[in-house]
Amino acid sequence: MNWVVLVAAALALVSAVTVVRARIPVHSVLALVLNLISLAALFIALDAEFMGLVQVIVYAGAVMVMFLFVVSLLGARREAIEREMSLLPGQEGLGALAALLLLAALLLAVLRQAYPAPAALFAGFGTVRAFGAALFYEHVLVLQFAALLLMVAVVGVVVLIARRDQGR
Amino acid sequence: MDTVGLVLARSLILAVALASLFAGMTVIERKMLGYFHLRLGPTRTGPWGLLQPVADGIKAIVKEDIIPRDADRLVFRLAPIISVFTALAAWAVIPVGPPVNIGGLTIPLGVADPPGGVLVAVAFAALSVYGVTLAGWASQSKYSLLGSLRASAQLISYELAMGLSLLGVLMLAGSLRLTEIVAAQERLPFILLQPLGFVIYFLAALAESARVPFDLPEAETELVSGYSTEYSGMRFAMFMMAEYIHMITASSLVTLLYLGGWNGPVFLPPVVWFLVKLGFLLFVFIWLRATMVRLRYDRLMDLGWKVLLPLAILNLVATAVITVFVA
Repeated sequence: MNWVVLVAAALALVSAVTVVRARIPVHSVLALVLNLISLAALFIALDAEFMGLVQVIVYAGAVMVMFLFVVSLLGARREAIEREMSLLPGQEGLGALAALLLLAALLLAVLRQAYPAPAALFAGFGTVRAFGAALFYEHVLVLQFAALLLMVAVVGVVVLIARRDQGR
Repeated sequence: MDTVGLVLARSLILAVALASLFAGMTVIERKMLGYFHLRLGPTRTGPWGLLQPVADGIKAIVKEDIIPRDADRLVFRLAPIISVFTALAAWAVIPVGPPVNIGGLTIPLGVADPPGGVLVAVAFAALSVYGVTLAGWASQSKYSLLGSLRASAQLISYELAMGLSLLGVLMLAGSLRLTEIVAAQERLPFILLQPLGFVIYFLAALAESARVPFDLPEAETELVSGYSTEYSGMRFAMFMMAEYIHMITASSLVTLLYLGGWNGPVFLPPVVWFLVKLGFLLFVFIWLRATMVRLRYDRLMDLGWKVLLPLAILNLVATAVITVFVA
């Protein structure tokens, strides 16, 4: 484990907590951007160069810009969101329990080494070429299903907009 | 061997060179705009107005630094830093020439040359929108906010067409490494093989650096100064710096991807060829500013989504078919 991993992991954790803790929505968005960039750094530190760069381009560079667009349009005024949130009965206890269970599961996996130690990486691992080959030779069926799923979302949006326009 | 010291030295030289190029560009642009408009441009500061950037710099430093009462102080301060950082960071992967030999040392003329170099440049271009968008929101003024909303919508729209036209080049070069893309253009620059891709990429690059005719985020006739309205002094100068460096970055990438980079007839050294092409593209940027009018906002969106994006997809499919069946 080198220091890049440590710094990126620490940043990812701090920013993830900030996303939840920030009072102003735009600050949450910013923290989430930082979180995604730290994850990209982790990917690159794990030799998954292409994944890391795409993480920055797609999530930090495009998806989060849409988030920021919507949040700064709706919350144009710099106001803290309400702190007096109404809690569901037992929400805090159940949340803590779920977090503990997740922690236990993760610790079990790490301590028992559920994942075998990685074999030596082949030359060119993580490059666009290797990524593309894996995607289009080995996992092409799954890829097509994912594409279909996205297509459904696009058609859904078009249908929703068309329905609203008919009402005018 | 490439040592940490050498990398740091190159980064420092590059940062200083870019900052001076920014200063030079401001006065050259004003002079050129003057000539285009049949006037002289700056004349009072030194011969040919050459000391204008010095005067501008002093003015920016001594000017009162104003932060609006309702502004989000943290984000307001952060925004210009993000802008300049993303503009400069892209240069980590942009080479300006082939490696040179000095005293037995082979020194690459770029800070780094990773296998996914183009993607790194694209990633920093994608992140550059945050500086503008956050500046507009943090100012808590309606003109700023309108400017920043425009900026985010515009960048998202043109990024797609840009990426798709870029893919054509990547297919022809078979690599994401910028030095290898330039090497692939030794015989023919890609502008001849990808004329449509070049036009789309250039327009998208123009939109990404928010220059006329795509300067809607700071349309001064309607939004005062758009996202930078509430900024003054040095922070405003930082936005200007980011904008000019973006312009230089965009021109360099067009040079490397489509104009053959530092390839050229041997009577000039490679780096000079790169600078000549870069200079020409920068001139085109200024030329367009002097002669074009600003697009209306809905037209800008229509152009991005209904014209450039379909054309970019067409270009991509055509390139793929030709690459597979001809090569």
